[in-house]
Amino acid sequence: MIALNVNGKSYQVDVSGDTPLLWVLRDHLGLTGTKYGCGVAACGACTVHIDGEQARACVTPVSSVSGKQVTTIEGLSAQGDHPVQKAWIEADVPQCGYCQSGQIMAAAALLAKNPKPSDADIDSAMSGVLCRCGTYQRIRKAIHRAADMAKGAKP
Amino acid sequence: MSVELTNPGRREFLKSSALIGGSLVIAFHLPRAMKFAMAAEEPAKTYPPNAFIRIGQDETVTILINKSEMGQGVYTSLAMLVADELEADWSKVRVESAPVAPVYNHTVWNIQATGGSTSVATSWDQLRKVGAAGRTLLIQAAADTWKVKPESCRAENGFVIHKPTQRRLSYGALSAKAAELPMPSQIKLKDPKQFKLIGKPIRRLDTPAKTDGTARFGMDVQLPGLLTALIARPPVFGGKVKSFDAAKSKAIAGVVDVIQVPSGIAVVAKDFWSAKQGRDALEIAWDRGANADLSSAGLREEFVRLAQTSGLPAKEKGDATGILATIAKPLSAEYEVPYLAHAPMEPLNCTVDLREDRCEIWTGTQFQTADRNQAAAIAGLRPEQVELRTTFLGGGFGRRANPQSDFVSEAVHVAKAVKKPVKVVWTREDDIKGGYYRPAFHDRMSAGLDSKGRLIAWTHTIVGQSIAVGTPFEASMVREGIDASSVEGAADLPYAIPNIRVDLHSPKLDIPVLWWRSVGHSHTAFVVESFIDETAHAAGKDPYRFRHELLAKQPRHRGVLEFAAKKAGWGSALPKGRGRGIAVHASFGSYVAQVAEVSVEDGKARVHRVVCAIDCGRVVNPDTIEAQMESGIVWALSAALYGEITLNRGEVEQNNFGDYPILRIDEMPVVEVHVVPSREPPSGVGEPGVPPLAPAVANALFAATGKRIRSLPLSKHDLKTV
Repeated sequence: MIALNVNGKSYQVDVSGDTPLLWVLRDHLGLTGTKYGCGVAACGACTVHIDGEQARACVTPVSSVSGKQVTTIEGLSAQGDHPVQKAWIEADVPQCGYCQSGQIMAAAALLAKNPKPSDADIDSAMSGVLCRCGTYQRIRKAIHRAADMAKGAKP
Repeated sequence: MSVELTNPGRREFLKSSALIGGSLVIAFHLPRAMKFAMAAEEPAKTYPPNAFIRIGQDETVTILINKSEMGQGVYTSLAMLVADELEADWSKVRVESAPVAPVYNHTVWNIQATGGSTSVATSWDQLRKVGAAGRTLLIQAAADTWKVKPESCRAENGFVIHKPTQRRLSYGALSAKAAELPMPSQIKLKDPKQFKLIGKPIRRLDTPAKTDGTARFGMDVQLPGLLTALIARPPVFGGKVKSFDAAKSKAIAGVVDVIQVPSGIAVVAKDFWSAKQGRDALEIAWDRGANADLSSAGLREEFVRLAQTSGLPAKEKGDATGILATIAKPLSAEYEVPYLAHAPMEPLNCTVDLREDRCEIWTGTQFQTADRNQAAAIAGLRPEQVELRTTFLGGGFGRRANPQSDFVSEAVHVAKAVKKPVKVVWTREDDIKGGYYRPAFHDRMSAGLDSKGRLIAWTHTIVGQSIAVGTPFEASMVREGIDASSVEGAADLPYAIPNIRVDLHSPKLDIPVLWWRSVGHSHTAFVVESFIDETAHAAGKDPYRFRHELLAKQPRHRGVLEFAAKKAGWGSALPKGRGRGIAVHASFGSYVAQVAEVSVEDGKARVHRVVCAIDCGRVVNPDTIEAQMESGIVWALSAALYGEITLNRGEVEQNNFGDYPILRIDEMPVVEVHVVPSREPPSGVGEPGVPPLAPAVANALFAATGKRIRSLPLSKHDLKTV
């Protein structure tokens, strides 16, 4: 049995330790918001936060997250109202939507570290998350907007 | 509880609206093909309850959408057509994916399907009439309640209002009564000036679910006891299993069964990871079959050889060949484009729960009728015993519209063998290597200019596989040996050239090929718009001016060309090292021109800016059009820069996004989209943004460097030395 903490909840799962976190989330915990796109950390659709850092769940052995806090798209905010999510809705970013959990998680991790990223910061933090529908222009716009929103929210 | 807006009279209304929808068709191959090939299904004669609209007593208006949402925005744009005419309160509108039934058939193809950039164009009349009929019935229900004339009432934003007294009744309160009424003999569509939603930038209805992880794709389907299967497919197209040993596979914890199905060996397990490990442990001896020695190099040689001879004529106007023979120095060039995979972000998958007398299927498909019928045939059931539920599609691009129903068929085969609910999942590698590619093409071009630099003769020999031959679409798509999709965008040149010959060779190969976003135009636009550029330069003319003159009788081509050139600042100075290229192409009833600004950085093409002008007739949702142009441009740029599927000793050489790269955010150009105002009927937007991009980029590279690119992808070319 492996113990892990996802979105603030504790779980025990009966899998071998080398099972990728992605499949534990999806097949064992029923958290299907985190997507499978490539299995080799080449597309970023499976991006989650591990102790606040963006990580690719498809190549993260579940044993390595024991004692750490895993956050998935389902746990990013209580009501889907994280500034990144709000900005995503405002800019109507998603098309097919399949990569967007990964995009949003990567963007949220970026903003947590860098509240006012430049285009170059965005390119560097987001270049590992692929979008086949080509929503990149709107992703850039939405990240800037989320940065403004988060700033405005502070006293 | 929701009540239905339906009654016996509705069906006549819907029937006639379907016919009207039919007259809207844009003349290109796909509708005709589908209509003829798939017409085994009886046209809709009766319409089930709640066909398109359900109004709940809580005022919720649920609109059933009979097209697949794969990113192109149909859940929103089609709902807008209904809701605007219905005078629904948009904040109360919800959408649901329609089940499979004749009432939901495409108004032209007469099957339930999404593709060919036809959804809005072929639903424009049908769904506005559905909405207007609903509005008429609700007004009648209110008038009956108040015992007043319906003419004294109007509908507005979810209410019917009695004009003299300002009494109001909500749609929720009226819907039960409206449902009992006979179908109105006459309905009145709005004057376009009265549109409240159509033509406005309306936010997508599916965005919230796509930002919080709740949107359900086929991959996300969960059922009690659901098993997951991965299939080991032959490494060579046409290969077969000679023998296999499942012992090591079955020893993996979680593996439930290993079975042979027509497409290969399926490893069925409790979850994906067990199935993946089980498949890795399989020992299979393959009969590599007739294509074991197939290689891209060999294919290319064959294509080049074929291109030196004339193929079957696809277009003959005047005497192009004769005139070229009289010209001292005709221009000639050879072009080529590779096989391409669709690689949607969501790998293919299909979930099947097959019982003795029924079958339930959950999948993201563009081809409901075909998939359901194929599933029924495999399961030994009647089509109506198969319930197919369309989930969100994590990208379609044509890959999920497969005449062979490949990913659905094999899932039904697995379910039939394992006798338990099962989800068949393709890995990314399965997807990249699994075929159904955009065909590779080799093109031989010639052009002749007269002494005044006027283009007087044009010949174009095309070599490439037909996507229709060997499919149920062959009979309708292939006429006198010409697959219309192989020559679209080439045989219908818009330029005023007095002598044209276009001919075609369609070599038969076992590489599975399929429509790929923008189909034949994805190839022909690159070749035609690059070679026209070459011709312009040979004539010593500005590439924009040259096109403009030759398009004197094509106002919509000219319209977008002028718009894009103006917005891009055509002719103005650029930073050193940058070049500007232009291309214009019509596809799926729409007209698109693009201007690209390109430079070479570290030996690689860098696209800085793309200005795009589109004329797609009347606009339903301008924001969707903008998004689809951005999308088409990124799609095409990925292919132009990197896209290439190659074969060596029969095997596909690419595996995953590492060796089949797609554009990343740090390579994203600034895209500016301009929608040219038009009163023509709506036409396609999902695909028409794709074709002009590659030639606009290649033409810009020529302007920047003097190097003419005649084959894709650009990554194969050494740009360091230019």
